[in-house]
Amino acid sequence: MEILLAIVIGLLYAAGVYLLLRRSIVKLILGIMFFSHATNLLIFVSGGLHKGQPQFANDGINAVSSNPTDPLPQALILTAIVIGFGITAFFLALMYRFYQVTGTEDLDDLKEGENK
Amino acid sequence: MLNIIFIGFLAAIAAPFIHKYLPKISGLLLTLVPLGIFVYLANMIAPVSKGEVLLLSYTWFPSMSVNINFVVDGLSLTFALIISGIGAIIVFYASGYLHGHKKLARFYGYLLFFMTSMLGVVMSDNILALFIFWELTSISSYLLIGFNHESERSRYAALQALLVTGGGGLALMAGLIIMGSVGGSYNISELLSQSSIIVGHSLYLPILILVLLGAFTKSAQFPFHFWLPNAMEAPTPVSAYLHSATMVKAGVFLLARLSPILSGTDVWHITLTVFGGITMLMGASMAIGQNDLKRILAYTTVSALGIMVFLIGLGGPYAITAAITFLVVHSMYKGGLFLVAGAIDHETGTRDIRILGGLKAHLPLIFLGAILAAFSYSGIPPFLGFVAKELIYETTAHFALHPIILTVVAVLTNMFLVATAIMVGVKPFFGKYLETPKHPHHAPLTLWLGPVLLGVLGLALGVVPSWISKGLISPSVDAIAQTEGIKLALWHGFTPILLLSLLTLAGGVGLYYLSDAIKRKQAFFDKLAAFGPEEGYKALLKGLVTFSSKQTNFFQNGYLRHYFYWILTTFMLLVLFTIYDKELYSFLKVDFSGIYFYEALLVIIMLLATYSAIRSKTVLSSVASVGVVGYGIALIFSFFSAPDLALTQFSIETLTVILLVLIVYKVPKFNDYSPVKNRRRDAVLSIAAGLTITLLVMLVLNMPAESSISSYFLENSYVKAHGRNVVNVILVDFRGLDTMGEITVLSLAAIGVYTLLRFRNGNKKSVEENMND
Repeated sequence: MEILLAIVIGLLYAAGVYLLLRRSIVKLILGIMFFSHATNLLIFVSGGLHKGQPQFANDGINAVSSNPTDPLPQALILTAIVIGFGITAFFLALMYRFYQVTGTEDLDDLKEGENK
Repeated sequence: MLNIIFIGFLAAIAAPFIHKYLPKISGLLLTLVPLGIFVYLANMIAPVSKGEVLLLSYTWFPSMSVNINFVVDGLSLTFALIISGIGAIIVFYASGYLHGHKKLARFYGYLLFFMTSMLGVVMSDNILALFIFWELTSISSYLLIGFNHESERSRYAALQALLVTGGGGLALMAGLIIMGSVGGSYNISELLSQSSIIVGHSLYLPILILVLLGAFTKSAQFPFHFWLPNAMEAPTPVSAYLHSATMVKAGVFLLARLSPILSGTDVWHITLTVFGGITMLMGASMAIGQNDLKRILAYTTVSALGIMVFLIGLGGPYAITAAITFLVVHSMYKGGLFLVAGAIDHETGTRDIRILGGLKAHLPLIFLGAILAAFSYSGIPPFLGFVAKELIYETTAHFALHPIILTVVAVLTNMFLVATAIMVGVKPFFGKYLETPKHPHHAPLTLWLGPVLLGVLGLALGVVPSWISKGLISPSVDAIAQTEGIKLALWHGFTPILLLSLLTLAGGVGLYYLSDAIKRKQAFFDKLAAFGPEEGYKALLKGLVTFSSKQTNFFQNGYLRHYFYWILTTFMLLVLFTIYDKELYSFLKVDFSGIYFYEALLVIIMLLATYSAIRSKTVLSSVASVGVVGYGIALIFSFFSAPDLALTQFSIETLTVILLVLIVYKVPKFNDYSPVKNRRRDAVLSIAAGLTITLLVMLVLNMPAESSISSYFLENSYVKAHGRNVVNVILVDFRGLDTMGEITVLSLAAIGVYTLLRFRNGNKKSVEENMND
């Protein structure tokens, strides 16, 4: 499965890059979402993949020492997912106002407006 | 010593307020600051002349061995007395010269700030502290040259002075740091005993070149001399103080201070003598061609600085005694002549010597100051200038190598200087009175007291040179050359040296009468200046501006995708190079075994959804496809032992899709903005980036990795934090502060979103008004 996930991560990054290079702001936002998905997955994979062994201290004293799942990347990703949502929401609201005021969602119009 | 520095900086800060509330007596009050310091320092002459060296140490940055160590020996005391003594005269003079000027308050502040920094330079024993004070003098010089900042020439001159001396300062810093690390200490008093190690070290030449760059730029030595005449844009008290009597001598001071450490090699002696010799002759001869009083004085100052560097380069008790004596006398007469020039300018409205004449009757006391200074300057007995000049000739005539060449250069330079002394100190006062823009009336006390005081002092010290000989000159020579200084005497009898002095005077008077003819050839010199170092400075500055604007426009053109191209390409190259260079590709294993059917199916669904998100024409279907990808990731989390992540991902993804649909349904269709060619190029780049990442992930997975901190969380999750779900415990307990930060970020985002969406219903007008504001 690792190799499949490696391919999925590469694919998500490629999609993110392609969308980030577009002039449409909506696509830019979608690109950022792809990027955060891919990054979360990357961190997740780097912590090692183990099936059916979530980290619970179920014997009441400490975690099962034979359980190889690393809890730290999971904690990091949990934070990252929520922060990513915050960024996406703010970015969307910003884009919405921009579109409402200027009537365009083309980044190059934004750039040319600067020079006027 | 620290108290002097503190009082000085405090006075600099307080000066504007003092002037604001007591404008009538502020000049007098502030004069007391340098005067008090002068008196305080003068009390140290007695112990220092007995050979005592006072060392005071205050720890500042112990971790970086920057201490404020002060040293009071003959050299620093001589300089400090000049700085504070002339400083008192200048502050007093400025109160009359800039009387009623609307920025006089600020001027006092700058002036005292400079004075204190300069005192710091000459009294520091730690070379890093010395460097900091050194740079502070450059900054105050910048502020003072650009004091009339409405004038473009002032700004140009100020920037030029700052860039030239600041550039030299950078070199100096490097030189001092290397010297400190080679010598094992940053205190001059300790480096003195390391001299042979430093001189013998392979880094000696770099140290010397860097230190000399700093000293030569500061003291306006060829080829960096051009900033000093331009600095004459500053108000005259500044020119007299910074650009003649004190700051420009900082380079000379540094050479004198470091001479016991760095001197003794051929390269030291030859470089200093040659550059000093060129500077002194060039400065003096260029002064003849000028008509502006201040520019004449500026070029002669360049020449005088050359003489000092030249003498330090020659070395030995005679040369060093001559250098220090000349330094003292130069500060007095040149400072005095600058003040005279300022007074003439103030009273007549011009500084052009061609239209100045017969001022003797109108400005008698200024004339007295001028003639006293000019006599000392020309080396006429019994002035102190004569003593200094005799010493210079004595040095060159008895030098072991090439005494004839050295003497000829010295005599020629002095002839030119005598001619300029007549131009500045004599010519404006004699002959027929010529009508000037302003009619001169009696100059006030503030303007004449300084020049007269300095002139009388030059006469008195010439008659009784023993007053400074034992107290200041001898201890200075001891500090620099570590030998007894030569005893100063006015009269040496009828020697060949006296003959040289007479020859110099005669030649100088002759040159003065020829100076008009020389000026007619000025056009030739102007053409020559086109190849001068100032042109090099201009070209360098222009090239720098052009280059930076070109590269800025190239890298920062405002198109997001261009920045992204650079980041991405750099990232790929770095990663691929590292993989190649460290032979990490040996970790690559391609193994398709152990894949379950549902896993493969999930991956295929995600592939299709990704493709659809990119290619879809409508926003809604794109958003839906992104949602599918997000749910796919949630499934992956749940397959591999991360139930918390899966839950979070599911709920967040749902929220995101709802938000997207709510907001972007207003943009119903995607437009294809980019041409097909660009899209193909971007596609190639994206695929390359994706492949790089895939390769990276495959390598990382096969590398041995160990988390050193996870075991701590596992062991203590239940024992210390009383929670069974380790991931949750990490979030809310072990890393609780991080989570709080995360909550803050989310709240800020929520506030931002709320504010942005508040105007949703109508109220378009207010938005447009906001845009117009």
